[in-house]
Amino acid sequence: MNIRSEITTQFQEVAREYDKRLAPLTDRLTLLDSGLDSLCFAIIVARLERDLGIDPFSSSEDALFPLTFGEFVQFYENAAK
Amino acid sequence: MPQSSLTSLWSALSSEGNLSGHYLLSDQASLALSELTEGSALYGHGDELRGRSVLIATTSQLAASLALIELDGVARRVVLYPPDLPLGYLPFVIETAEVDAIVSDGKTVELGNPRLERFVPCNGEITPCSSDRTAQHQTEWILLTSGTTGLPKLVVHTLLSLAGAIERQSPAAAKIVWSTFYDIRRYGGLQIFLRALLTGTPLVLSSAQESTADFLDRASSHGVTHISGTPSHWRRALMSPAIHQLAPEYVRLSGEIADQGILNNLKLVYPNARIAHAFATTEAGVAFDVNDGMAGFPASVIAHTPNVEMKIEDRSLCIRSNRTSPRYLGGHAPILRGDDGFVDTGDLLELRDGRYYFVGRRDGVINIGGLKVYPEEVEAVINRHPSVQMSLVKTKKNPITGAIVIADVVLKASEQTANQDTRELQHEILLLCRDALSSHKIPAAINFVSSLAVAESGKLTRRNA
Repeated sequence: MNIRSEITTQFQEVAREYDKRLAPLTDRLTLLDSGLDSLCFAIIVARLERDLGIDPFSSSEDALFPLTFGEFVQFYENAAK
Repeated sequence: MPQSSLTSLWSALSSEGNLSGHYLLSDQASLALSELTEGSALYGHGDELRGRSVLIATTSQLAASLALIELDGVARRVVLYPPDLPLGYLPFVIETAEVDAIVSDGKTVELGNPRLERFVPCNGEITPCSSDRTAQHQTEWILLTSGTTGLPKLVVHTLLSLAGAIERQSPAAAKIVWSTFYDIRRYGGLQIFLRALLTGTPLVLSSAQESTADFLDRASSHGVTHISGTPSHWRRALMSPAIHQLAPEYVRLSGEIADQGILNNLKLVYPNARIAHAFATTEAGVAFDVNDGMAGFPASVIAHTPNVEMKIEDRSLCIRSNRTSPRYLGGHAPILRGDDGFVDTGDLLELRDGRYYFVGRRDGVINIGGLKVYPEEVEAVINRHPSVQMSLVKTKKNPITGAIVIADVVLKASEQTANQDTRELQHEILLLCRDALSSHKIPAAINFVSSLAVAESGKLTRRNA
């Protein structure tokens, strides 16, 4: 399973469902500038856990939230190792 | 602040003789409250609202702030309509609070209700004119919170109950600039609004139209030293590189359970700040602050909090103080305060190693980013779908908003065998929810299950994580 493409799909689906205009998903895109709000991110994290079986946030209480799209993908890729 | 001196907000502000330290700083404008001495944000029409029940329905927090300052003590009642509440509830609120006048910036309110006798514009600007703000009423402040059926509950407060937890600053106190992520028409935001006004410090107002990064930039440019928000507000701020521009001395969390993760994260970002989480509800008022950087609170807090009595009944935290609301408005409203004067918060506690932790709500209400969701309201919408037999709405822990809404749905027997496309069904149910519910109430996921547990009482078994 390709983690990056799964994440990209979820961003696009949630943006569509919640009527948000999604910015182009480059690695340097700051997540807060992506057009999605907190609720959208919450849903993406829940759906990725369902579909990938990974919740990188649960592994550490001190995990800082990734700031860019590239960091977000990396965060999941590291957790999958 | 001596409580007896609080006859009205304006009298408290102007009696200090010097309004020069008072500023409201919004994304629209920066206003010195001293301008109100010879000016008005109500274009001098405040006196027409004397003795009335006034709905304050403005988009702008600045406009609402100024209206509150001018109308406390003058109006019989002020009703704070939060901007995110669907306008469909307006008729219910107007009826229940016997509203007969509206203050608005004209962007949120359609007129046409025969009860409304006065309409006064308020756009967040102060124009020169004289106003009589002699206090004649102990104005009721009405705050709105979510109710089980989806209709808002109207919670009654006064300036005295709202300001009960606010202590006067010693004059030698260092220069403080307050801000809050909250809208000031929510209890958590209103606390900071009053704290800033009654202690003579500037306040930087947030704005729904502004990005988190822009707000943090603006807050840092005004030199904010004290700032409050829900754990969800803070989790969102932590996603912005702009969080590092701010160097607060004091960070306050309220409105949701603060877990160890968010407390640790804030300590990492602001190692020199005092980080406190507070327990307060719209109904029960401010109860206590926790300052040791740990989730939960020491058991000793229950017996040793000045001016607030607490007890635990049936695992639920009950609170008695002069900061609680006495009642809800409305003929069929539930009892807010028991005969013994205690308000049952419905927040369930568990004692572990000398510390209490919040473990959920007795009524199953879910807290999403500081906003309430009653599962029954969402279930009622899902159950409208012709293929649905029953549903159970529950919460799932989430690192961004604390929790999210999940729905388990049982389809009618005929539908289960019909082998219908489940994705299509999920989509249809979500469309129903989107039409009827605020976005934080829409389930993030819908799972089709074969059955749901029903207790002996005949009710769905609810067990939230």
